[in-house]
Amino acid sequence: MKPSRTADHASVAEVLVDEDAAAEDLTPEQLAAEWEAEGPPPGGRAAALGSTLVVTVLAAAAALLSLGMGLGTPQQPGPGLWPFLVSVAAVVIGLAHLVTGRRGGEGEKFTRESLLAVHGLVTLVGLVLLMPVIGFEIPALLLSFVWMKFLGGETWRAATLYSVLVVVAFYLIFISALGTSIPHLF
Amino acid sequence: MDFLQPALDGFGVVLQPTNLLYCLLGVVIGMLIGVLPGLGPAATIAILLPLTYGIEPVTAIIMLAGIFYGAQYGGTITSVLLRLPGEASSVVTVFDGYMMAKQGRAGTALGIAAIGSFVGGTVAIVGLTFLAPVVAGFALDFGPPEYTALALLGILLVATISNGNKAKALIAACFGLLLATVGRDVFTGAERLTFGNLNLADGIDFVPVAMGLFGLGEILHNLEERHRAAKAPDRVSNVWPSRADLKQSSGAIGRGSVLGFFLGILPGGGATISSMAAYAMEKKRARQPERFGRGAVEGVAGPETANNAAATSSFIPLLTLGIPANATMALMFGALLIQGVTPGPQLVQQDPELFWGVVNSMYIGNILLLIMSIPLIGIFVRILRVRGAILAPITVLITMLGAYTINNSMFDVMLVVVFGAIGYLMKKYGFEPGPLVLAFVLGSLLESNLRRSLLVFEGDATGFFTRPISATLLLLFVLVAVLPLVQSAVRRRRSPGSSAEPAGDADRTPVKENA
Repeated sequence: MKPSRTADHASVAEVLVDEDAAAEDLTPEQLAAEWEAEGPPPGGRAAALGSTLVVTVLAAAAALLSLGMGLGTPQQPGPGLWPFLVSVAAVVIGLAHLVTGRRGGEGEKFTRESLLAVHGLVTLVGLVLLMPVIGFEIPALLLSFVWMKFLGGETWRAATLYSVLVVVAFYLIFISALGTSIPHLF
Repeated sequence: MDFLQPALDGFGVVLQPTNLLYCLLGVVIGMLIGVLPGLGPAATIAILLPLTYGIEPVTAIIMLAGIFYGAQYGGTITSVLLRLPGEASSVVTVFDGYMMAKQGRAGTALGIAAIGSFVGGTVAIVGLTFLAPVVAGFALDFGPPEYTALALLGILLVATISNGNKAKALIAACFGLLLATVGRDVFTGAERLTFGNLNLADGIDFVPVAMGLFGLGEILHNLEERHRAAKAPDRVSNVWPSRADLKQSSGAIGRGSVLGFFLGILPGGGATISSMAAYAMEKKRARQPERFGRGAVEGVAGPETANNAAATSSFIPLLTLGIPANATMALMFGALLIQGVTPGPQLVQQDPELFWGVVNSMYIGNILLLIMSIPLIGIFVRILRVRGAILAPITVLITMLGAYTINNSMFDVMLVVVFGAIGYLMKKYGFEPGPLVLAFVLGSLLESNLRRSLLVFEGDATGFFTRPISATLLLLFVLVAVLPLVQSAVRRRRSPGSSAEPAGDADRTPVKENA
């Protein structure tokens, strides 16, 4: 399985075919073990504790902000009392995890494939920025094309054809049939 | 038994042609999206939430029930055909279901799963019909202190029972509660955590949060996981299970229904636990346990029945107490709130038509699921053969455009993207989105009840312990919070040198979605 992670995305499909044949006769235990090996490697202790540290700091900041809103008294709770209690609880749990957290909660390591998710996110931000200006058709077309060709490893021809079809279908459903007010060019 | 009359009247509502149509639509669309690899019921419901906007409440809820059942079954289809469980509760289905598919009996596996789901779901709905009014009657006396304690306990249970690290799940829950405070404080009118942004003054809507964390976060995460997707079998034959198959699995279906019903009422991952328990039970009872994992039909029938029964009975705490038992129920809770329906003990009495409409729509959803699943299997196989690279932009565009249509607001779409990024990062760093969404949904209820209780108790927090029900619930809360700490301390003392606690199967289960 390891090769597929480092392999170019375009060749992933070929790897899959071999693997499919090899995976015929697995017991549930073997299958579970294979799944585990296939999944991304755990993120490691540094990432696990680092992420806890970040959220603990965020919670502490929220606690300070809630203090600023005014705690009031238990008889007359102010707007800040509840957020203060909650963020203090988060800080306490976060600190406890930093001190005692030896194992677990490590999450997943960022791999080369993680870049796909980052690029996907960038196209989404682009869609959000462009849609109010030039309507949804062109940004959606670009997004589909990028997702199919560059993130998905489709051929130029397939990516062009399917992304045009997708946008036409969405236009027909959302604009022509449902008459929604999604910003559109045509 | 006089409560049965409104229950029967509820059928009148559900059987109206429009409602039936929407239920059918819900089941089919739920299955279509749920069958996409990596999208479990929570993600499916989140992505499809905008569909239920602008429809009358009862109809919308009936459609939601359809989506819910369809999405549940969609996970089964990918388990059997692709060896890719759509959600935690169909992981064990893979073991025998995929083997059956390899032996050319995919249709039998899917058919048995559909029949088992139908039986399990129906048994659970009947149980719900009789049990829910009783529980609701009991909960009618609950005041703010009881609700505070109940909501706290519910959030804690869901966070501690979830997979992965419990401290991180609890932190996620705290952030969910914090997110719920954004906007104008209902008691004092003060603005909280809005940073002067006018769009945030009314608070953050549930839908963008759910669509982002469950829907988009999952889609982004799938982008880098795509190499794990397998190929669908070319064709599925022998769709109807034979009489021998039915006979062989009838015991498993019966046991799974009962087991699932009871395990499903418990908060936190009821469907997952019950499917695993059902698989273990069937394997133990079998005369030839070695058949399991090699295509035993009971190995599909038992867990699939149990998880559907549990998924249905987990509606009981939601509808009677107003406390969702897991992340999927949190989504249903949010969806009901949007429709102006507050699930809780008053619902049965104040709006019986709606309550029984919800309950009875489950019967219809279940029946439609059974009718639609078998003829549509061919279509699902065809969808599964479409490459993930082409399906991914389609789902992402459905999510984005759907998010826009809710309020015709680009700000909502932006929120979905922001929460999608957060959901992706949470997954990468080992934080569960489930507890966050659940806590977010319960946040304002919890806060307002806590503040009301403090007003009642004149600021004396020990007042919670003077009322029997809230005292019991809070004691339970403390027990659940403290017990694991004591246990791990004991374990550490017993085995000095090895700080390793067993990682637990759940931690390792390769699942893409938390039901």
